[in-house]
Amino acid sequence: MAEKTPVLVAKSLGIQFGGLKAVSDFNMEIGESELVGLIGPNGAGKTTVFNLITGVYKPTEGSFYLKGEKMNGKKTHQIVHAGIARTFQNIRLFKKMTVIENVKAAMQEKANYSLVDAIFRTKKYWTQEAELTKHAKELLEVVHLSGKEEILASNLPYGQQRRLEIARALATDMSLLLLDEPAAGMNPTETEELLEIINYIRDRFKVSVLLIEHDMSLVMKICQRIYVLDFGTTIASGTPEEVANHPRVIEAYLGKDDE
Amino acid sequence: MTVSLFVQSLINGLNQGAIYALIALGYTMVYGIIRMINFAHGDFIMIGSYTLFYTVPIMINIGMPAWLAVIIAVAVCMTVGVLVETIAYKPVRKAGSMSALITALAMSIFLENLAMVLFGAKPHNVAKIFALPTINVMGVVLPLNVLLTIAIGVGIMILMQVFIKKTKMGKAMRAVPQDKDAAILAGINVNRIITLTFAIGSGLAAVAALMYCAKYPRVTNDMGSMMGIKAFIAAVLGGIGIIPGAMLGGILVGLIEIFVKLFAPGWYEAITYSILIVILLVKPSGILGKNLGEKV
Amino acid sequence: MKMPKKYKVSYLINLLGLLVLYGLAVLLFESGVLGTSTTYVKGIFTTACYTIVMVTSLNLVVGVMGEFSLGHAGFVSVGAYVSALASNALSGTGMPNLLVLLIALVIGGIAAGITGMLVGIPALRLRGDYLAIVTVAFAEIIRVCFCNFEFTGGGKTMSGIAKLADFYWVYWITAACVAVMFMFVRSRYGRTVKSIREDYIAAAASGINVTYYKVFTFAVAAFFAGVGGGLYAHYMTAMIPTNFNFNYSAELLSEVIIGGTGSLTGSVIGAAFLSALPEMMRQFSTYRMLAYSVILVLVMIFRPGGIFGTWEFSLTGLLMKLSGKGNKAAKEGQ
Repeated sequence: MAEKTPVLVAKSLGIQFGGLKAVSDFNMEIGESELVGLIGPNGAGKTTVFNLITGVYKPTEGSFYLKGEKMNGKKTHQIVHAGIARTFQNIRLFKKMTVIENVKAAMQEKANYSLVDAIFRTKKYWTQEAELTKHAKELLEVVHLSGKEEILASNLPYGQQRRLEIARALATDMSLLLLDEPAAGMNPTETEELLEIINYIRDRFKVSVLLIEHDMSLVMKICQRIYVLDFGTTIASGTPEEVANHPRVIEAYLGKDDE
Repeated sequence: MTVSLFVQSLINGLNQGAIYALIALGYTMVYGIIRMINFAHGDFIMIGSYTLFYTVPIMINIGMPAWLAVIIAVAVCMTVGVLVETIAYKPVRKAGSMSALITALAMSIFLENLAMVLFGAKPHNVAKIFALPTINVMGVVLPLNVLLTIAIGVGIMILMQVFIKKTKMGKAMRAVPQDKDAAILAGINVNRIITLTFAIGSGLAAVAALMYCAKYPRVTNDMGSMMGIKAFIAAVLGGIGIIPGAMLGGILVGLIEIFVKLFAPGWYEAITYSILIVILLVKPSGILGKNLGEKV
Repeated sequence: MKMPKKYKVSYLINLLGLLVLYGLAVLLFESGVLGTSTTYVKGIFTTACYTIVMVTSLNLVVGVMGEFSLGHAGFVSVGAYVSALASNALSGTGMPNLLVLLIALVIGGIAAGITGMLVGIPALRLRGDYLAIVTVAFAEIIRVCFCNFEFTGGGKTMSGIAKLADFYWVYWITAACVAVMFMFVRSRYGRTVKSIREDYIAAAASGINVTYYKVFTFAVAAFFAGVGGGLYAHYMTAMIPTNFNFNYSAELLSEVIIGGTGSLTGSVIGAAFLSALPEMMRQFSTYRMLAYSVILVLVMIFRPGGIFGTWEFSLTGLLMKLSGKGNKAAKEGQ
C-alpha cells in the first residue's frame, strides 16, 4: 500500500454507558480499498464500534478521522456526507417504499432542485429525477436487484433485503463502507453471491470495507486484515493467519464455545 | 408575597397536586403496562363527577354521608374503564402505537360527546360533599376539606405503592411491562392484569373526581380532557411507569399551576404548558426515570 | 429533459376533471334549481373546501411524516387571525377583493408556517406519544395568546372580517393548495420525509438531515393549515379563540385517519364528505363527533390504515381502466 492518508483512523476510541465501558481504547487504521474484518464474540462491542464511527453514539473518549478529517461530534448525516456509509445487523430498510425509492432516498444530496422546481415541475426537476433514477438502477444492478425496482422493500426475500441495504449505502457515494453481519441468515449460495458483490464493489468504486461477521471462515477467506474485539477492547489484530493463531483469540472463542 | 398568601397557595397547590397525582397514577399504570396514553382516562373523571352529581343528593336524602357516593362512582368508573378496554383497546393492542393512540383519542371523543348528548352542554353543580368547617390559622384560611383531600390522596398513594410492591397481583403488574412473553411463561394472565390495571386506574379516577368536586363542584362534559393532559405530563415529569413518580409529578404540576396563576392569571395556562413542554424536552425520562435510547 | 408525455397527459386530465367539477358546481348554483337554499348549499361546499385544505395539510404530518400532531388547530388559528388582520389592514386600499384575499391568505399562511417552524424545532425532537402531547400543549399556548391579545378581540369574538371567501374562488384556491401538496409529496422532499417515517435511524445513515426535513415538512403543513384558517376566517367573518381548541384538532385528525393516513386523495374525499354530511342533516350535527369516534374505533379495528389506506385516487388511472387501456398498461408493466 502506498504512503497515503489512511481512509479511517480511530485513536483510543471509547464509550461508556452509565459506568459500563462498552468499548475502550479502540484503535484502528483502514487503508484505501482495503477490506478489513472486525470479529469477536457476542456482546464484544462490534456494533457499538459501528455506532461510534457513524455518529449514532458520541464517543466519550478518543477520536476518529476520515481521510485526515476529524469526525468526532458530527451528526450521522454529516458523517455520511463525509464518506462513511453502513448497513445494519437487523435490516433497516424503508419498508413501505419501493426498492428504487429506497435507493433514491439515499441520493438526497445529489438532487438540488428547490421546492419551487418541485411544485411547478420545472425542467430541472425532470432532469434531476431522471438522473437519480438512472443512477439508482445502476446501483441495483451492482447488487443483482435489476427488475425489482417497483417492488415494496418489505416484500423482498431476506437475502435481497440485505443486498438492497448495500445498494442504499452505495448511493451515498461513500469511501468507507461498513457492513454489519451482511451474511447473517444467508444460505451458502447467497453468501457466495454476496462475497462476489463485495469484491466487485471494492474494485469498481475503489472503496474500503469494514466488515463485522460472525462466520469466521468467511472473514478469514476475504479479509486482508482482521481486528478481534472482546469485552470492548482489541485483543488482537493482523492478517487472518496471525489472528487465527493468536492465543487470546483462541481463548476468547473457545471460552465462548464452552458456554 | 406575604407568608400567609404563600402558605395558602402552597395548600391549594398541594390540593390541586393531589388530584393530578391520582389521575397521573391511572395514566402511569396503563402506560407502564401497554405503552399507551389512555386519552379517555381524563374522561373517566368526568364520568365519576356526573355520577357524583346524581348520587350525592340520593345519599343525603337517605341520610348517609355524602362522600359515600364515591363508592358508586368508583363502581361506575371501573365498569366504564373495563368496558372501554375490552371493547376498543383490546382489539387494537397488537396493531401498533399509532392505532392505540388514535383509538384512545376516539374513546375520549366518544365519552365526551356521549355525555354531551346525555347531560347537555350546561354545567351541572354537584351538591356539597364535605360539610367540614373552615379554620383560620395565623391568617391562613384552611378549609378542612382541602386538608382531607390531601390526606386521602396521600393515603391512596401509599396503599397503591404497598399493593404494587407486596402483593402477588402487584408483582405481576410490574412483571408484565418488563417482558410480556416471560410473564406469560411464568403463568401470568397478561390480559387479566391489563384489565385489572384499567379497573384500578379508573377507580382512582373516581376518587380524583370526588376530590375535584369537593373543591370545584362544576361538572361539564369536557372537564376531563385538559385535566387529563396535564396529569399525563405530570406522570411523564415524575417518570412514566413509576408510581412514586406520578405522585411527585402530580404534586409538582399542581404547585406550578397554582403559583403561576397567582402571578399571571390570564396567562397561567400558557405558562404552565410552557413549563411542561420544557420538562418533556429536557427530561423525557422524568425525574425518577432512567434514560433509554433506541437500540441500533 | 422535458416533462415526459405520460405526465403531461395526466396533468391535463386532472385539470379537465377539476374544470368539469367546477362547471357542475356553477351550473348547480346559477341555474337556480336549489331556489332559496342556494346560499346554504354554497356555504356547505365552501366549508368542505377549507376543511380539505386543513385535513390534507395535517396528513402531510400524520401520513407522510408518520408523526402525530394533535395541535393542528393552533396553526389554523394563527392563519385565521393573521390573515383577518391583514385583510382588515388592506381594506380601503381599493385593491380588488380577490387580490386582498390572496395576499391575506399568503400572509396568514406564512405566519402559520413560521409558527410551525418555531414549534417544530423543539417539539420534533420528540416522537410518538410525547410529540402528540407537546403539540396539544403548544396549541393551547397559542389559544391562550389569542385570548389575551387585544388586537384579536381579547378572548371575545373578533368580528367584521370581510366576507371575501366566495365559493368560486375558494374552489380554485383549494385545488391549487392540494396540487402543491401533491407535488411536494411526489418530489425529493416527500421521498425523504417518507424514508424518515419508515426508519429515522436508517434515514440518517443514508445521509438525510432528519431534523431539518421534519421541521421543514411541519412548517409546510402549518403553512397550509394557515391558508385553510384564512379561508375559514373570510368565510365565517367572525371567530373566537375557543373555536380552535383541542376538539377542533381532534376533529381534523379524525378526518385524516378516517380518510386514510398517507393518502392525500383520501383526505380530500374524507374531509369533503365528513364536513358536508352533518351540515346536510342538521338534526344529526349533535351526534357528529359521537359518530366520528365510533367510526374511528371501527376503522382502527378493521381497517387500521383508514378507508383509503395509502391508495391514491387517480383520474387518469380511472379513465385508462374505463377505456380498457389499463389492462394493457398493466401487462406491459410486468
